[in-house]
Amino acid sequence: MSQQLVHVKIIINEKAYEADIEPRLLLVHFIREIAGLTGTHVGCDTTNCGACTVILDGRAVKSCTLFAVQADGKKVLTIEGLAKDSKLHPIQEGFWVKHGLQCGYCTLGMIMAAYQLLMRNPNPTEEEIREGISGNLCRCTGYQNIIEAIKYAAEKMRGGVS
Amino acid sequence: MTVEITEEPKGVHGMGHKIRRKEDIRFLLGKGNYVDDIKLPGMVYLAFVRSPYAHAKIKSINVEKAKTLPGVIDIITGKELEKVGLAWIPTLMGDKMMVLPTDKVVYQGQEVVAVIAEDRYKAYDAASLIEVEYEPLEPVTDPKKALEQSSPIVRPDKNTNLVFKWEAGNKEETDKLFKEADVVVSQGFYYQRLHVAYMEPVGSIAHYDPVSGKLTIWMTSQAPHVVRTVFSLVTKIPENKIRIISPDIGGGFGGKVYVYPGYVVSAHASIKLGRPVKWIATRSEDMRSTAFARDYHIHGEIAAKKDGTILALRIKVISDHGAFFGDANPSKFSAGLFSICTGSYDIKAAHVEVVGAHTNKPPGGIAYRCSFRVTEAAYAIERLVDILAHELGMDPAELRLKNFIPPEKFPYKSALGWTYDSGNYAAALKKAMDKIGYWELRKEQEEKRKRGELMGIGISSFTEIVGAGPADLFDIVGIKMFESAEIRIHPTGKVIARFGTRAQGQGHETTYAQIISEILGIPVEDIIIEEGDTDTCPYGLGTYASRSTPTAGAAAAVSAKKILDKAKKIAAHLLEAREEDIVYEKGRFYVKGSPDKFKTIQDVALAAYTNPPPGIEAGLEAITYYNPPNMTFPFGSYICVVDIDKGTGQIKVRKFVAVDDCGNIINPVIVDGQIMGALTMSFGTAFLEEIRYDENGNIYGGSFAEYMIPTAIETPKWELDKTITPSPHHPLGAKGVDESATVGSPAAFVNAVVDALWHLGVRHIDMPLWPWKIWQILKEKGAVSDE
Repeated sequence: MSQQLVHVKIIINEKAYEADIEPRLLLVHFIREIAGLTGTHVGCDTTNCGACTVILDGRAVKSCTLFAVQADGKKVLTIEGLAKDSKLHPIQEGFWVKHGLQCGYCTLGMIMAAYQLLMRNPNPTEEEIREGISGNLCRCTGYQNIIEAIKYAAEKMRGGVS
Repeated sequence: MTVEITEEPKGVHGMGHKIRRKEDIRFLLGKGNYVDDIKLPGMVYLAFVRSPYAHAKIKSINVEKAKTLPGVIDIITGKELEKVGLAWIPTLMGDKMMVLPTDKVVYQGQEVVAVIAEDRYKAYDAASLIEVEYEPLEPVTDPKKALEQSSPIVRPDKNTNLVFKWEAGNKEETDKLFKEADVVVSQGFYYQRLHVAYMEPVGSIAHYDPVSGKLTIWMTSQAPHVVRTVFSLVTKIPENKIRIISPDIGGGFGGKVYVYPGYVVSAHASIKLGRPVKWIATRSEDMRSTAFARDYHIHGEIAAKKDGTILALRIKVISDHGAFFGDANPSKFSAGLFSICTGSYDIKAAHVEVVGAHTNKPPGGIAYRCSFRVTEAAYAIERLVDILAHELGMDPAELRLKNFIPPEKFPYKSALGWTYDSGNYAAALKKAMDKIGYWELRKEQEEKRKRGELMGIGISSFTEIVGAGPADLFDIVGIKMFESAEIRIHPTGKVIARFGTRAQGQGHETTYAQIISEILGIPVEDIIIEEGDTDTCPYGLGTYASRSTPTAGAAAAVSAKKILDKAKKIAAHLLEAREEDIVYEKGRFYVKGSPDKFKTIQDVALAAYTNPPPGIEAGLEAITYYNPPNMTFPFGSYICVVDIDKGTGQIKVRKFVAVDDCGNIINPVIVDGQIMGALTMSFGTAFLEEIRYDENGNIYGGSFAEYMIPTAIETPKWELDKTITPSPHHPLGAKGVDESATVGSPAAFVNAVVDALWHLGVRHIDMPLWPWKIWQILKEKGAVSDE
């Protein structure tokens, strides 16, 4: 069952990770186990939960539903790449200020989904936010504070502060 | 409006402060430390072969193909575990459960063979090459049929499917009141099987060090100390050579109280191989084999006078426990605290009976924010009261107000024996009614009904029972359900405090620090809270059933007060005064009458190490094992408004108001977060979630593709409010709250939907209230709209 190894180079958070991998290796396992970036989580095996959401070449993707070879030569942004100069990104800050997380397991996926949403739509309505994170399941918060967190971030980002 | 926040607010933040959580930073940066994040040198991976059958004899297991696969290290069967006495292990309820089967499987998805390989992909490859030959047996899936004489028997070691028969209350008195009653309402309810579906599946890493003989297991456990004791008893490894570490846990909700076969097999494999062994369940494996919740077939009856005065309550339950009686209950409570089912009402007599049955399904039962079956109890009484109101033609709010236990009757002894600590039920309901505009809504409903539109209003006024509990009643495998807190002050005034509980997102690192800050006047940022490591934390029973604040919160307060008592002695020495003359105020000590000349708690801490008074031990620390004198009884009133689409059966929750009362509040933001999370889970319970088995024992709802939990789109907007009725016996006047909404809200949703349909002749609909179910009812009643 072992397959021939393929050499890949994936840029994660502006750093190149090279490895010889099986073509069947899921991107999420590349990120977690080869790059060692364990902020990205696995919550299901049917592509429903979104706990593995990362930004791949500018698009939010569920990294459990891509093979790592599909990301060869591409750029990935994970939760670990969001904070700059030891300052929280406004979305991270929003989640903190508005209590948008509890167990923290869905948080990274929520934040990456929100990141894409706010890139495309800097001033989303509540309905658009709910729609924008509907690929991400949370079992702790009931979503309301997550929505508040994203609104907070949107406002802060529109203000040009980062 | 932008608020520049770059760091946590500094200062003393005691009870009631809305401070941001200390634990959030690591989660926000992706630096949490969950079990699957941990990597150890030489670590190998475990995967299971699982049963495709609900009930079958194992004829043979052929591992030859799997064994030769490169990267495969070991294959473990039930026969091997039998030799070391681990094929079966005890459950929390004094039953036993299979770790791996030797002769037959008893539910679909059950672990059958374990494979250890160099990585998780190879482990699953090898699992797929293992050939198990089964001889299918007739499965038992209906608990009522399971109790019949002719039923096949689930358990190889038992000759009956009867798990237990439990009853409470005064049967004679209850029956007498039922005879005298003007009105008797009787209704069957099925509280469906659910799964908590925490976002992080269960898992463990066992690491046995052959040199020291020490076994360390990182584990998704809500109760690591109890697991350590159980592991020691089962394996005969001395307890001081077992270390259980519950690192960050991605949600628990009761599903991570249990001991699962994966934990045991990973430990066995690590001892055998001398290498760390990681086991992480996939979502579908988790849904199919870890603890379920509910599955209560309830038959309830309520007796009342014509004027709506409730007289008595009679409930019979058949409960489905799956193949093993493993409910995570206190040992004396086979049906948990179901006897809280008289609810918020002054009921003269009651009788309840619960009969448990084995079926070919996974074990569980106690999970999903149930507070030990209080979810089922509150649902039964709140549905019955609502049906009674409708039968009598009374308003459901007025019927409740008429029958509430009045505030002056607390502490109140219920007909089934619980002494409720405090409550003001009418105040909470009236507040909810005002907030939602109850009487206007009733008017609107009347007008809509005339136009043929379907709108419903549902109320649930629940009473919780949390904080297990008093040592005379409550134990887990014999260990009394106390809770512990150890607080140590460093010479420089910084604090490390450790607890026997284990948060899974509830915010203990913040709220416990607030309790200590409240009493000792030390800033929250100077206090580090730790839980989950059995080598370092004091022994505790863990976090579930909303017990942390009632028990560990109390222990923290008592420990802090012990420290304060000693600090006063040291302050007196420093200020050269008598102890009786020392006044303490928010972290400062001074001599009565001269508040300007003071010593801070930090001065005192330093003196405790550098200048301890004669006759007083150096250092400044305390430990408490708190035995609660009673449970806490938080309560609340929820009101839900629904609109039903007559074309599709789709239900829209238009408005939901939740008024909760959990006594004094440590952190309002965290409390609200818990309530909104629990309301969302119950929204899922009422409208989306169910695990079902067909007659062959095949699961429906065994993955996230079929088991629907609410997304942000379905989830309604929650409107919260509070009343505050402190617990008189708790050192902080605080009650638990985390599970109040899962206990209280399902009945509000169902009551609203039935209220919308009552005039069509609908008395009850079992959850989940899927649109097709509603559509079928509308069709039956000739009320479907073609528009």
